[in-house]
Amino acid sequence: MLYAAVAAGSFRRYATYRIATASGVFTNTVFGFILAYTYIALWTERPHLGGYDLPQALTFVWTGQALLAATGLLIGGGMDELQERIRSGDIAVDLYRPADLQLWWLAADLGRAGFQLLGRGLVPMAVGTLVFPSALPASPVTWLLFLVSVALGVVVGFALRYLVALTSFWLLDGAGVGMVAGLMCLFFSGMVLPLNVFPGGFGEAVRLLPWSSMLQVPADVLLGVHGGPGVARALAFQAGWAVALLAAGRLVQSVATRKVVVQGG
Amino acid sequence: MWVRSTLAYRTSFLLTAFGNFAATGLDFLAILLMFSHITVLGGFSLPEVAFLYGTSGAALGLADLVLGSMDRLGARVRDGTADVLLVRPVPVFAQVAADRFALRRLGRILQAALVLGWSMPRLEVDWTPGAVLLVPLMLLCGAVIFGAVFTIGAAFQFVAQDAAEVQNSFTYGGTTMLQYPPTVFAKDLVRGVTFVVPLAFVNWLPALRLLGRDDPLGLPGWVDFLGPVVAAAMCGLAWLAWRAGLRNYRSTGS
Repeated sequence: MLYAAVAAGSFRRYATYRIATASGVFTNTVFGFILAYTYIALWTERPHLGGYDLPQALTFVWTGQALLAATGLLIGGGMDELQERIRSGDIAVDLYRPADLQLWWLAADLGRAGFQLLGRGLVPMAVGTLVFPSALPASPVTWLLFLVSVALGVVVGFALRYLVALTSFWLLDGAGVGMVAGLMCLFFSGMVLPLNVFPGGFGEAVRLLPWSSMLQVPADVLLGVHGGPGVARALAFQAGWAVALLAAGRLVQSVATRKVVVQGG
Repeated sequence: MWVRSTLAYRTSFLLTAFGNFAATGLDFLAILLMFSHITVLGGFSLPEVAFLYGTSGAALGLADLVLGSMDRLGARVRDGTADVLLVRPVPVFAQVAADRFALRRLGRILQAALVLGWSMPRLEVDWTPGAVLLVPLMLLCGAVIFGAVFTIGAAFQFVAQDAAEVQNSFTYGGTTMLQYPPTVFAKDLVRGVTFVVPLAFVNWLPALRLLGRDDPLGLPGWVDFLGPVVAAAMCGLAWLAWRAGLRNYRSTGS
């Protein structure tokens, strides 16, 4: 299966950079510590803020650090490589290949995410759980549902970044859009502050946006906030956004490729 | 040259400058959201936290504007283009600093300056000329300390090649930490950023003095004024690290 091979290749490719992975783990752990202390200060001042108790809030911090690289919260903007290929015109070659462009990049991104989850996710989570009080679930079913939710979050993240990358067809240099998109991702995913702490109607609205699929929803699944039928609804919410955004990507792609102008050469 | 090249894609330049402005703004928005639920964080009011935020952000912004490209050195060592820097008749350090100089980074400084300007009249501080003067001095020393960290990080890249992120945890992680009152953090962490990587001298110690607070480590009062000394020492250390890194550099040979 071609796309499985792409995903496996991508996994191996990221696994090659061991020092980069180690330094990423270090960075995630440092940021996790800083955030954890500010959350302790915040939750000491206001216990049960946003419906979380302190161990839950701290587990949220470490879930965020564990998913940061995998769901692409940090690289949130676009896909530099695809953008560069569009800018340089190499995309014309890709379009002639007997593989679907979107599926190809999705497979590559899933491979990357799989490695990032193992390579950069496990250690910060373990350190955080050892040092701070935590609310990790004991039930393997919850963990399984969490992994499903993470996978859906990765797909939503990919679909968003793919859309951003496609804007390079019109703007050529996609760095600007990528940056703004990355910021929206950081803020509306819950990375800056859990979305259930956002006040009133604004908070309600923010939780309906696609970005909440990337951290808030998986974290809530892990923390068991939803309960039985709620989990099904949460996963359906993520799947809905994944399908809608992938379809949008497909549409933009067909419009864009109709106007491909190969630069230079 | 890098300035003109980034201005060539106008939409993108405006968006990235705005992005830099907003990126740091989001941090502050998070702090505002926190303060919509509370009145004090770690015993500090919103203007006091804003003051910490503004000083740490502006100091990092200045260092980032001048030396923020240093983390690209690792990539240059990896792909072999660092060799090019060595044969040009310009100091390697200047070339690395100017590599992809990004004017858009002004956004960060502007945003931090706005928050700082908002906070200062709202603090309960007697703004004597000395107190007013302490603020630009803090920013300058802070920028130098952050700059030294950038440089040491880059020197480390000569050896590690692929560890640019470690540097981020000291620069961007450091500035995030300094945005919050030191009382929020565990004593050991505060000790770490005072004695090991002396980031506390960027804003914590002088700000505590200005706000009339005791520092959580109970250091003698004169330590608060050591900023310039620490900055100078860090520069010396950075210079040594840079020289050592450059000397240990081995081309990838590709």
